[in-house]
Amino acid sequence: MTKKQKKMLTRILVCAVMLIALQVLPVAGIPRFALYLAAYLVIGFDILKKAAKGIGNGRVFDENFLMAVATIGAFALAIYEKSGDYNEAIAVMLFYQIGELFQSYAVGKSRKNISALMDIRPDYANIEVGGKLEKVDPDEVAVGSIIVVQPGEKVPLDGVIVGGASTLNTSALTGESLPRDAKTGDEIISGCINMTGVLKVRTTKEFGESTVSRILELVENSSSRKSRSEDFIAKFARIYTPAVCCSALALAIIPPVARLVMGRSAAWEQWIYRALTFLVTSCPCALVVSIPLSFFAGIGGASKEGVLIKGSNYLETLSQVKTVVFDKTGTLTKGVFEVSAVHHSPMEQKKLLEYAALAECASSHPISKSLQSAYGREIDRSRVTDIEEVSGRGILARVDGVPVAAGNHKLMEQLGVDFIDCHSVGTIIHMAIDGKYAGHIVISDVVKPNSKQAIEQLHRAGVTKTVMLTGDAKKVAESVAKELGVDEVYSDLLPAGKVEKLEALLSRQPGKAKLAFVGDGINDAPVLSRADIGIAMGAMGSDAAIEAADIVLMDDEPLQIAKAIKISRKCIGIVYQNIIFALVVKFACLALVAVGAADMWAAIFADVGVMVLAVLNAIRALQVHNL
Amino acid sequence: MKKTYAIEVDCANCANLMEEAANKTEGVAKATVNFMMQKMIVEFADGADAKAVMKGVLKACRKVEPDCEIEL
Repeated sequence: MTKKQKKMLTRILVCAVMLIALQVLPVAGIPRFALYLAAYLVIGFDILKKAAKGIGNGRVFDENFLMAVATIGAFALAIYEKSGDYNEAIAVMLFYQIGELFQSYAVGKSRKNISALMDIRPDYANIEVGGKLEKVDPDEVAVGSIIVVQPGEKVPLDGVIVGGASTLNTSALTGESLPRDAKTGDEIISGCINMTGVLKVRTTKEFGESTVSRILELVENSSSRKSRSEDFIAKFARIYTPAVCCSALALAIIPPVARLVMGRSAAWEQWIYRALTFLVTSCPCALVVSIPLSFFAGIGGASKEGVLIKGSNYLETLSQVKTVVFDKTGTLTKGVFEVSAVHHSPMEQKKLLEYAALAECASSHPISKSLQSAYGREIDRSRVTDIEEVSGRGILARVDGVPVAAGNHKLMEQLGVDFIDCHSVGTIIHMAIDGKYAGHIVISDVVKPNSKQAIEQLHRAGVTKTVMLTGDAKKVAESVAKELGVDEVYSDLLPAGKVEKLEALLSRQPGKAKLAFVGDGINDAPVLSRADIGIAMGAMGSDAAIEAADIVLMDDEPLQIAKAIKISRKCIGIVYQNIIFALVVKFACLALVAVGAADMWAAIFADVGVMVLAVLNAIRALQVHNL
Repeated sequence: MKKTYAIEVDCANCANLMEEAANKTEGVAKATVNFMMQKMIVEFADGADAKAVMKGVLKACRKVEPDCEIEL
């Protein structure tokens, strides 16, 4: 609790005690009035002061004014009616203050919780000086310095590992709980937690430029971009309070006058009382506080899951996404070549791969690399002799003395070997061993393991259309699209063509439906910024992506897209629940008060109650882990 | 020129009012109040003296919310 809040709590307690004591103390007349007045002032003096200042500054209709008028009015009525029942005015003020205190406490508490969630800021960096470790401010470490990261510590700066091996916990950055291995020569990103071994890291960026700082900056500024719902509430509050004050005035004057005209008694006290109660009921706090709180909690929860959202407005737009457009390479596929199949081989697949890998052992071509990694074991070069590269066709070599040919169909034709053409998509390596055809190996860009599931989940989350854009050939693109269940596919696109296609898709969007583009941020920045929502994935360390996109997925896991949409839907759902709930209860209470069915006690309970429930509901937006 | 100031404000509606008041202050090109982070981000008009402008902003904000604080 802050000092301000503690002071408030003391005042609430003092006033409550005084109020209870006054119920049993046998005082009457002027002293009784004086004591009640004292209790009232203890709890309400600041409200009265603010209301007076507001009037002085030409701002008449605010909450303080509402509360001041309502409670002074109730006091005056009690004197006028000689009932001596001052409890109501004091209780109303007391509950109002309790409500305000709760609001300020709850908001402060969740602010702290959410900030703690996002607290990936490292406190220090270790530098080795004369054999001893010294802790310094990460801000002071120059680029190129060697820092030491011990087990259990956060990596303070981006860099390259120059010594040691360890596993890293990246969950604070990516939401991914599976630890990642790191060894000498690997790049390392600030914000990860070193789990097992001591690492020596040569820094490559200053603290201000490192991943951690960029993410923090992004997240901290995110709630400054306001959504339409927030703007709506701000505007609503601006017209709402004056409107309510006028209605209250009308309620105090019109019915009694009408009664007088009809020849009945005016019943002024009754109508003035209703008007005052009307004022108490009308406070817009619940709405005004819960909406930014919901967005803040939603953005906080999302960033815990590795989904960085740059503003409440983007969260809102994301929830309306009906079409998701993907870039293929690097987004739905891994963007690296791998052996995806072996066909028509008379020998064991492993054996064939072994021959292929050995034959290709001298080459550093990506295709050869993928064959070698598919073989998976250390390559014993001494088994390979007579390597001959046939340019544009393939390789001839002897493996364990057996002649092996690996290459395209031209190589097979050259050798006069009958081969079986392949209908698969990708690069085909035909193999001939000892002059006989031994089948072929298909090498292609592989689809990420969860891409298919990701598309399914998007459809299930209410996305009506998925589109894939790619620079690849039609055959490749269509086979990938079919495998994943993507609805539409456009292939052979140059970067400019992607923007054109996206614009065509945008113009076909019905009504309020929004379009999101997902890319890896490397060469699709123009498309990212042209879409309603640009989502960049696998952004660990990529500045370009962080700049261009509205939403950044720290991981390159396509399932995160559906998750981001679900998070946004939940958060917006809560926002609407709060708006509707608060307005319905408010208007219902106002109606009850106007017809005289609710008194001031009920009014203040309704006001504070709605606010408490709305705040608690807003905090729910933080729980997004199991979506 | 853009600067960020730490602020202290208790209610979300007051934060909205402060934003409105700051935006009307002379020398401010655009002001955004972030209630949740308790921050005010002020973009100054060209050639404006940030210190003098912020005095005006504080004064304007105090008018709409006497309790508020801006750390200058």
